[in-house]
Amino acid sequence: MRVGLFIPCYINAAYPEVGIATFKLLEHLGVDIDYPLPQTCCGQPMANAGFETSALPLARRLDALFAPYERVVTPSASCAAFIRIHHPAILAGGDTGSRAKNQTEDEHPCHTHEKIVDLCEFLHDVLRVTALPGVFPHRVSIHNSCHGVRELRLSSASELNIPRYSKIAALLALVRGIDITEPERPDECCGFGGMFAVEVPAVSACMGREKVRRHLATGAEYITGADSSCLMHMQGIARREKLPARFIHVAQILASGL
Amino acid sequence: MKDNYPKAAARFLRDAERAKWHDDTLWMVRQKRDANARSIPEWEQLRHLASQIKTHTLLRLDHYLEQFADSAAANGITVHWAADAVEHNRLVLEILQSAGVKKLVKSKSMLAEECHLNPYLQAAGIEVVESDLGERILQLAGQPPSHIVMPAIHLTRQAVGKLFEEKLHTDPGNSDPTYLTRAARRHLRQHFLTADAAMTGANFCVADSGDVVVCTNEGNADMGVALAPLHVVSAGIEKVIPDAGALAVYTRLLARSATGQPVTAYTTHHRAPRPGCQMHVILVDNGRTDTLANPEHAQTLKCLRCGACMNTCPAYRHAGGYAYSYLIPGPIGMQLGMSRDPRAHAGDIPACSLCYSCNDACPAKVDLADQTYRWRQQLDSMHLASAPKKLISRVLRLLFTSPKLYENVLRLAPLVNRLPRFLVYNRLNAWGRDREMPPFAGESFTRAWKRGKVKASREKSK
Repeated sequence: MRVGLFIPCYINAAYPEVGIATFKLLEHLGVDIDYPLPQTCCGQPMANAGFETSALPLARRLDALFAPYERVVTPSASCAAFIRIHHPAILAGGDTGSRAKNQTEDEHPCHTHEKIVDLCEFLHDVLRVTALPGVFPHRVSIHNSCHGVRELRLSSASELNIPRYSKIAALLALVRGIDITEPERPDECCGFGGMFAVEVPAVSACMGREKVRRHLATGAEYITGADSSCLMHMQGIARREKLPARFIHVAQILASGL
Repeated sequence: MKDNYPKAAARFLRDAERAKWHDDTLWMVRQKRDANARSIPEWEQLRHLASQIKTHTLLRLDHYLEQFADSAAANGITVHWAADAVEHNRLVLEILQSAGVKKLVKSKSMLAEECHLNPYLQAAGIEVVESDLGERILQLAGQPPSHIVMPAIHLTRQAVGKLFEEKLHTDPGNSDPTYLTRAARRHLRQHFLTADAAMTGANFCVADSGDVVVCTNEGNADMGVALAPLHVVSAGIEKVIPDAGALAVYTRLLARSATGQPVTAYTTHHRAPRPGCQMHVILVDNGRTDTLANPEHAQTLKCLRCGACMNTCPAYRHAGGYAYSYLIPGPIGMQLGMSRDPRAHAGDIPACSLCYSCNDACPAKVDLADQTYRWRQQLDSMHLASAPKKLISRVLRLLFTSPKLYENVLRLAPLVNRLPRFLVYNRLNAWGRDREMPPFAGESFTRAWKRGKVKASREKSK
């Protein structure tokens, strides 16, 4: 299986170590992984702000770029969710983003949305990893990002009355020495929300401060999650507030020792 | 003109203590909702059924409305139809005037608020007394509701104590909830005993029996209806459901979702007028058929008005109901306001981080966050899009469609880390208002890949 690696724009610019950890992890697991160029962005920042028209050329580029691959893996739940859920409609005319309009695939050969998986989904559901070599002797608080929880269903949403599960916790538990915890209000939004962060900065920052404090209240040494975007927002808050919080992407913990 | 959501929310958050109280209080309601939802193993099937039944009913709305009207008429109820708020208000006034009504007691009705009924009736010389405790507090304070189920949730008991001191002459400085509730009850009892007519909304209109079902906790609606010789019901046309089987699904969901109670204290079926009395039902469209005809937003009509989407919404909890321009706030209010008048309510649309919690909390599975996303897509063509967001989107598009430019920007980005603070953190940088900038990497992933460092890092550790 040839797998294409998609590295989201902000990981590329600010957190290349997350991409490197993802690559190492996949290679270690015997995945035939490639990073096709040139890559930029999936278009989510613009579309969530109301400009799917600006996301359209990016959706097209992405689709062409990953055409040769059977799977596309990205270390970002939110980008994977956006491509899976919104790209079909954007490519099919892109006027509304309605999920009901996803049925024009014959006219538009877009398949990335069928191939894209978040790294945690890929490890948990596709590869079904049962062993990892790493050791991470630290207490970590899982940040259940909204799109991971309520779009990709990486963990059971707290609103739903369904059996409790967490794919992220199940994967982290494969790393020796780790102590996994979750904050109070375990899947409440951290307030990032793309352009929400700059359009409604007062609410966004207030939510972020509360979230970081709830993570720290668990006694965790690290805050980890499947979305560097949420971590970036919380990291910005923590640094401004001088809070002793450290942030690390799930991929980096899973790749520890590699 | 009201401030848009971002400005109004920022103002709300300035009183940090009160803002925290608001967030904590509503989160507590959400937790009670969660506990109740988890006490029912078939909760998710109930939500699915609730969604399916509403969808079915909406697709055959003409049939069920006529069936309800026929059943109600056969039970002795006079049924009226109102195309809009103006017609609704005129009908109410005509009914009241022909019965010589001077004083009307009302129980809570968001539809009456939607139609601005109270000022209309008062201008015609009719005394209107809100009998729901929260609504009465707001009527005395001259304020609109800030939540659809807990309309005075933004007021602390101290504020209510002060208001009652002034209006009901309670003891100075006494804000004991029991004391205040008793004072309100004494005061309202006089109005119940002297009212000429009672008005209620409707939670459900049952088509095959003609029942109007009203769910309350205080019993004030029942008190009003039981004492007055005339009962007027205002109901939106989306309130009709097929039968008692459907009702059983909704009554199991409604109170659990709204306040975290297994059921409301009173679930009253109003089937027929008492002997010698009159009962009227006004079925109101007021834009609902337009919403029904709009496939992107028709699901709004499945709403039960439980308020669960508000209690779970972080943007609502951290801003309060008054941060929204439409009288119904939160995720459902954004949809209802936009359906009514996009020009007036586009300022509410930023109030969403797209966390999708509302979708999962909604007992009727209304696709609230998806609808907000869709409204955002439509703002530009209505010339209502935010200019800065449009500019940012254009810049990003240019950047992301030009890989060479993007790569150069990535190469230069680390310079931001070393710029003097005043150049990075200023009024133009909304990100930097409360946060530090992300630390741009000395070498982007793409550059590291091109230089073979990514593969080498793997080789090294082998």
